[in-house]
Amino acid sequence: MSNYDNTTLIAASLKKRYARERRFQWYGRFAVFIGFVFLIVLLADIVSKGMPAFTQHFIKVDVTLDADRLGLPENPTQQDYFGADFGGVVKASLREMFPEVSGRGDKKQLYRLISVGAEYDLRDHLMANPELVGTTQSIWLRAHSEAGSYLKGQVSRALPEADRKVKDIQMDWLDQLRRDGRTQSRFNTVFFTAGDSREPELAGIRAALQGSFFTLMVTFLLAFPVGVMAAVYLEEFAPRNRLTDLIEININNLAAVPSIVFGLLGLAVFINFFELPRSAPLVGGMVLSLMTLPTIIITSRASIQAVSPSIREAALGVGASQLQTVLHHVLPVAMPGILTGSIIGMAQALGESAPLLMIGMVAFIMDAPSGVTDPSTVLPVQIFLWADSPERGFTEKTSAAIIVLMGFLILMNALAVFLRRRFEMK
Amino acid sequence: MQTSTVLLVLVALCIASFFFARRKSHAVAHGSGGLTTLHSLPKHYGYMALAWAGLPALAALALWSALEPRMLEAEVVSSLPAEVRALPEQQFGLYYNQILGYASGGMNAAELDEVQLAAADRYSALAARFSWLRSALVFAVALAGAVLAIRRVQPALRARNHVESIIRWILFSCSFLAVLTTLGIVLSVLFEAVRFFQVIPLTDFLFGLEWSPQMAIRSDQVGASGSFGFVPLLVGTLLISAVAMLIAVPVGLMSAIYLSEYASRRFRTLTKPVLEILAGVPTVVYGFFAALTVAPLVRTLGESVGLTVASESALAAGVVMGIMIIPFVMSLSDDIINAVPDTMREASLGMGATMSETIRKVLLPAALPGIVGGILLAVSRAIGETMIVVMAAGLSAKLTANPLEAVTTITVQIVTLLVGDQEFDSPKTLAAFALGLVLFFVTLLLNVVALYVVRRYREQYE
Repeated sequence: MSNYDNTTLIAASLKKRYARERRFQWYGRFAVFIGFVFLIVLLADIVSKGMPAFTQHFIKVDVTLDADRLGLPENPTQQDYFGADFGGVVKASLREMFPEVSGRGDKKQLYRLISVGAEYDLRDHLMANPELVGTTQSIWLRAHSEAGSYLKGQVSRALPEADRKVKDIQMDWLDQLRRDGRTQSRFNTVFFTAGDSREPELAGIRAALQGSFFTLMVTFLLAFPVGVMAAVYLEEFAPRNRLTDLIEININNLAAVPSIVFGLLGLAVFINFFELPRSAPLVGGMVLSLMTLPTIIITSRASIQAVSPSIREAALGVGASQLQTVLHHVLPVAMPGILTGSIIGMAQALGESAPLLMIGMVAFIMDAPSGVTDPSTVLPVQIFLWADSPERGFTEKTSAAIIVLMGFLILMNALAVFLRRRFEMK
Repeated sequence: MQTSTVLLVLVALCIASFFFARRKSHAVAHGSGGLTTLHSLPKHYGYMALAWAGLPALAALALWSALEPRMLEAEVVSSLPAEVRALPEQQFGLYYNQILGYASGGMNAAELDEVQLAAADRYSALAARFSWLRSALVFAVALAGAVLAIRRVQPALRARNHVESIIRWILFSCSFLAVLTTLGIVLSVLFEAVRFFQVIPLTDFLFGLEWSPQMAIRSDQVGASGSFGFVPLLVGTLLISAVAMLIAVPVGLMSAIYLSEYASRRFRTLTKPVLEILAGVPTVVYGFFAALTVAPLVRTLGESVGLTVASESALAAGVVMGIMIIPFVMSLSDDIINAVPDTMREASLGMGATMSETIRKVLLPAALPGIVGGILLAVSRAIGETMIVVMAAGLSAKLTANPLEAVTTITVQIVTLLVGDQEFDSPKTLAAFALGLVLFFVTLLLNVVALYVVRRYREQYE
């Protein structure tokens, strides 16, 4: 009767086993769910922190553009404008708007409502419209970043005054200005047109974007041709010998070398030995191209391998040389796959920052570089620099720069996916 | 002449030689009875001349550009008075740099002395002459190459084979660049590291328990000797990597199992790319997330249960690093689980085992070597990861295994030692290269072992 016993035993254990099966499945679902949660929290955190940075507040101030007060002579030259006391005029206008303010401390707080860059905006405005001298104008001036963050509702009065940079008295003024319709939120154009600045409301990513562009251009110009040629050699020409093995082992290992080590290489070889300029997109691009080469070679080899041998045989059969076969027939077919891999490699290079810290691309750059040898920084490094700044205005800028960076990455990856789809359809 | 002008003229010369050679091939073909008597197409003769004109000239240009600063320096230095030449190396470097600065227009004459001004003038004159010499050399080489090639154009010349062998060499040198890169890495780190070990004994570095790389400027300063004990950095790195693995391995492995064994095809094709976004997020973004969101969160959570948590705790950096590595572990384990033959799966299911029993008792044991290899690769990634720890981990090298305290890592120290002004003879800067050497070899070792294990595992089922 042992047979019967076994069946009951199994039947009895079935419930437990099925429960365990279900539990196991739930572990799996939970793991996938956790992955999703991480992704969503990460993206939501960045987006919610960064969105406010795309707008900026302006305050309407009645400015008396008195020539004497400004120190402008008749028919002022450009030099005169640059020497004129616009800062004093802005301060005087603020004092006129709030005549009850007295005492040095309070006045200082009052001046801090307006950005230090406002006087330059005013100067440019007046230089463009010289006929305004002698009149009183209502002009929208850029708000200071701390005042802006209060107007955006990011600072609460409930916080103890010592813990926040916007003081109670400033909040009163700002509330009054808001009631009078003298505050306005606008799209933050400075963020896309300016370089780095010490003031959050004047800082932008233009210089970093341009630096990224130059760096990536150098990377692509070096890594793409060299990578494709290396892949062609290894797939189509390389004899099976020790040297080829050595090359292959090296490529596979380089793909896994930490990126910071490439930075050390760039510092020791390109900067100290060849004495190329520090902080330049040229050197940055060279380092990043060495870093992305393995990716490009590996993906290019895979897509050359995927070309059907019949194409090769047909070309060789009608008398093409090996090189002609590759150049005229194999490479065109493999090209979409090679491009996909290269774009993914470029996306990696765009997001990379560690090796660039080593070669000095971590500098305070106000002006956009105009060539590959100018000192510059790149977008990820700009993010790194801003993330270190204690001002809350920069936290917002950092997240906004991340949003822009991720936008570019998504674009590049979408392009790669699109190319792959088209390739697969063939 | 500027480099770009030289290059442009060189390109023009190359194009011209292409057309000359092609015309010559037409001419010689006519002389011997039609184009069919040529071994190669006319354009191949053109390409041959182009290569002969361009390649040696480019090599000459590169060589000259590499040697020029040294030749200039030698010439200028030899003209300086003896007492200047007798200056100590550092002062002399400064002195010479001032000359260069003035010659390039970056400095005022007021900051320099008479001798320097004379030397700067001499430098400018020499530089102008050298620039002409360089252009002359490059163009002479290009012309000579082109003339030689064009003179060789004959119907019997195997121009196509010639061109193809040149191209083959170019292709080879492109792939050989990988070897040169590795060599460059090893040599550059090794060279500086050896200089470091001349000052700090190797044993102090490998077994020292204290890391504070402050070297005194004057020898009588307090705490004059920095200590370069590498152990706290290693422990910190391993601690953060361990936290990362505790997050990444269970989540990554279970997701891979669920997606490859349970999920519907549709769910899988939708889910995998979304989770792989995590791999495409730049590390600097993770660093920002770790420093500004996760670290304060960990701190508040810890304090709410009465623990003291450092504001730059290893836990926060490790958790975020784990999130970054999830997709890496996931896709590696996915590959490996898929490589297990279906026959094993079916045999187990056919015996009445449930799917989870099959996975735990058959698939995972069979895939174990591969998964271990994958995890080793992930560990090597975690050790080499820089930005997250630079932004979210601390700077103080504390020897602790408590993830709630602030620790520092190898990569953090490399960055802090090298960012900013550097002098290339202080042990502080050289220490970064010693750390780089260690980092390179540790990750290399992990990768080699991991790849070996994975390959052996694959071969088992092929």
